[in-house]
Amino acid sequence: MKVKQYKEVLSKPLIEENPITLQILGICSALAVTSNLSVTLVMCVALTSVVSFSNLFISLIRNYIPSSVRIIVQMTIIASLVIVVDELLKAYDYETSKKLSVFVGLIITNCIVMGRAEAFAMKEKPFISFLDGLGNGLGYSVILIAVAVVRELFGAGTLMGYEIFSLVSNGGWYPANNLLLLPPSSFILIGLMIWGIREYKKDQIEPNEFKLSGHATAPDLRKKEANV
Amino acid sequence: MFEHYLNIFITTVFIENIALSVFLGMCTFIAISKKIDAAFGLGIAVIVVCLITVPLNNLIYNLVLKEGALSWAGLPNVNLEFVGLISYIGVIAAAVQILEMFLDKFVPALYNALGVFLPLITVNCAILGASLFMIEKDLKFGESVVYGLGAGVGWAMAIVVLAGIREKLKYSDIPDGLQGLGMTFIIVGLMSFGFMSFGGISL
Repeated sequence: MKVKQYKEVLSKPLIEENPITLQILGICSALAVTSNLSVTLVMCVALTSVVSFSNLFISLIRNYIPSSVRIIVQMTIIASLVIVVDELLKAYDYETSKKLSVFVGLIITNCIVMGRAEAFAMKEKPFISFLDGLGNGLGYSVILIAVAVVRELFGAGTLMGYEIFSLVSNGGWYPANNLLLLPPSSFILIGLMIWGIREYKKDQIEPNEFKLSGHATAPDLRKKEANV
Repeated sequence: MFEHYLNIFITTVFIENIALSVFLGMCTFIAISKKIDAAFGLGIAVIVVCLITVPLNNLIYNLVLKEGALSWAGLPNVNLEFVGLISYIGVIAAAVQILEMFLDKFVPALYNALGVFLPLITVNCAILGASLFMIEKDLKFGESVVYGLGAGVGWAMAIVVLAGIREKLKYSDIPDGLQGLGMTFIIVGLMSFGFMSFGGISL
């Protein structure tokens, strides 16, 4: 019973309840850091570790946090974890940390972290909260990595810096699509990805606010007039 | 002097628009842009909070955290930059809380209009992002006031424009799977392609 529940908590956020495509959480960083796969991977590891451990620690002290100051307490825990990640990154991978610039710091206000702390860790036991954080971090990573693969492969013809498609500029056959290297293209990719997921999982489709009456084409209108 | 400040303002509002060029505050940007009224209220709140917190964080950075900044207290070799993140977010959370109490007491009309948006702003990454960019650009105090204002105005303008487009979008015939969130993403993408054209302007 328990194991099944653990599995569910871990696997649901991957596609079914994905933080980015369904819960609209943590989008900012999804857009700005995805032009290059290796930078994206570092960001995914950073976010996944912060969200799992913040869930774990908040869940450990959940019964001692007065609800009126809970936001500040959660913020303090999250900010301390982010500082640890930031300092580690600066020490061991300075190049990537320069490329990510403010986005590591912005994990503090990444809504996935706050959202899961508030919605899950404040109510549940430590271990399962840790798994929930891990699952949501992985769900975020899945989307980010997918976007980064498309952008780097078709935008620059490389993956992790290794050449996959030989570019026309180097005497190869692939003309690079520079549009995909521009940040706004990730919006459109995520939009299309949401479309794909919702065609597969029909129950995620948002209901239409207005129902269109059937199409009235020009011949229809003429026929109507003729009848009158 | 005035020209220099105007320059920073125009750059932050259009060329480096915090929503459409650096993509900050996206979660609220997409979640609360269904109606123009709500978008406008949130935009005003962001402007006010940005205008207060960016200069405050500038003072904290320059007078306390920066390397050698504590020399007035007789501690010339102290570098507290590593606690930067936690102090900025603390300042933002405290400023929002104080602003909330102040408005509740003295300007209840505005307080009611902003409603639930005020506390939400603490976790809006546009606010923290503005402070972090301010530190990265190493702005002086006067510049940081203008930068905070520009960042807020740019974000507010972008969310109001998006809300306007989404209100019209209700009447269009969109494929089921793309309805709502998917379509919003694509529109924001197109909008930010549009804003990239400002990138060619040099002031």
